[in-house]
Amino acid sequence: MPDKKEFDRDSISNTLIVAIGLSLVCSIIVSSAAIILKPVQEKNEEEFRQQIILDVAGLTDPDVDINVLFESIDSRMVDLETGEYTDAADPDSFDALVAAGDPSLGITIPSDLDIAGIGRRAKYAPVYIVKDGAEIDQVILPVYGKGLWSTMLGYLSVAPDGNTIKGLRFYAHAETPGLGDQIDKEPWRAQWVGKLVYDGGDEPQIRVVKGVVSADAPGAEHMIDGLSGATLTANGVTGLVQYWTGPHGFGPYLKTFREDSAKRASPSSTLQLAATTTTKQLGHHNE
Amino acid sequence: MSEARTVLIDPLVDNNPVTLQMLGICSALAVTTSLLPALLMCIALTSVAALAGAAISALRHRIPNNIRIIVHMTIIASLVILVDQLLKAYAFETSKQLSVFVGLIITNCIVLGRAEAFAMKNGVVMSFIDGLGNGLGYSIILIAVATLRELFGAGTLLGYPVLETVANGGWYEANGLMLLPPSAFFIIGLLIWGIRTWRTQQVEKPEYQIHEVHRTEAY
Repeated sequence: MPDKKEFDRDSISNTLIVAIGLSLVCSIIVSSAAIILKPVQEKNEEEFRQQIILDVAGLTDPDVDINVLFESIDSRMVDLETGEYTDAADPDSFDALVAAGDPSLGITIPSDLDIAGIGRRAKYAPVYIVKDGAEIDQVILPVYGKGLWSTMLGYLSVAPDGNTIKGLRFYAHAETPGLGDQIDKEPWRAQWVGKLVYDGGDEPQIRVVKGVVSADAPGAEHMIDGLSGATLTANGVTGLVQYWTGPHGFGPYLKTFREDSAKRASPSSTLQLAATTTTKQLGHHNE
Repeated sequence: MSEARTVLIDPLVDNNPVTLQMLGICSALAVTTSLLPALLMCIALTSVAALAGAAISALRHRIPNNIRIIVHMTIIASLVILVDQLLKAYAFETSKQLSVFVGLIITNCIVLGRAEAFAMKNGVVMSFIDGLGNGLGYSIILIAVATLRELFGAGTLLGYPVLETVANGGWYEANGLMLLPPSAFFIIGLLIWGIRTWRTQQVEKPEYQIHEVHRTEAY
């Protein structure tokens, strides 16, 4: 610097110039990087979301392309209020969070029912139906709700009896690393498999409790071990699962499955008959 | 040139930021359960340390003293966000495993320490090399720890099976402790022991010496 003697780098004017100039340059670098890389990141997020759907369905196969595997899954839209299938929106491009904010596509959840803490939800929701031959093997429902820090978005897989959980996975959350992020780690999420959502009625009984659930505790089939150090995250998971399986969420949709399954179980009908009933029922929803 | 060589080579063993200065231990525990995230973390930290060194050195005559730490943090934070965005775009799955630890490079003592101790007093090229050297010094330790932990904890390296584990029908009983954070402490401790046995000048002098007093002197 030639005029080093006269230049006072601690002067107020230089301090301001450096502070403002640096902030400006840095913010331009950071924001342009974010904008330029956004399409690639969104594609990654989308593939990850599909991967989670495949994972929760147990269809993961590292040798086969995600898109090919995904073709075996039938995605449909459900009208949450009636629980029937609808063609009102395209399940592949439907964004539940955007639709929830749209006055014509979303509704405000009454605050006493809003146990997931989401405020509004879309009228419709996509469901992913996994078939094993002609029979439905499982239905995968998108679920989301507030945890401690973030909105946790995931998928809940339910067996065709409309009651037994086949898996719960989260694809986006920002819960505390090491504590709350256990919600998507193997030992904890494995517990959900085989648990029952309902106990005869329409109100979901499934919940995360404090401490460890002993196998012979009454209602153990509805209870999941708590996460130490992450009670609020775990409560958030309880809230979102109960909301989305409850009467204001997928309750009416799951109810048709439970009724079908009850019909199947009744001694008068054979399995064959039950299978045709299911198909008919689905055909009916189709209309 | 020989000065540049010293600046680059010195932090690798003789003045290693992890084993001698005991900096960056937090991330060394957290991201070393397997080799791939550790490698990505090394690349991320080394590039941030080198570029931050160069940028801060270029501005060193203009940076006002009273806001210099904030200026360092702004530059380092911008670089870290840049690296984080790049990882999310091109190494998505591993970036999920690294979670907050890329963001925590901002507060990594190695980066800020080199900015304050070296880049503020030296030229752009030398500061870049210094950042590179310190990043590589950190990387050597991270890679060593991650290799041991993945190999003995899961029987794999970079995900490829090396020791066939019992769970997969092999002979090797995987050591679960290796996958837990304390094992990184043990390994880093053993590494420090090894290095100080080899390079005895790194052994610190005791902070005080117990003076033995003869009984007759005491009175």
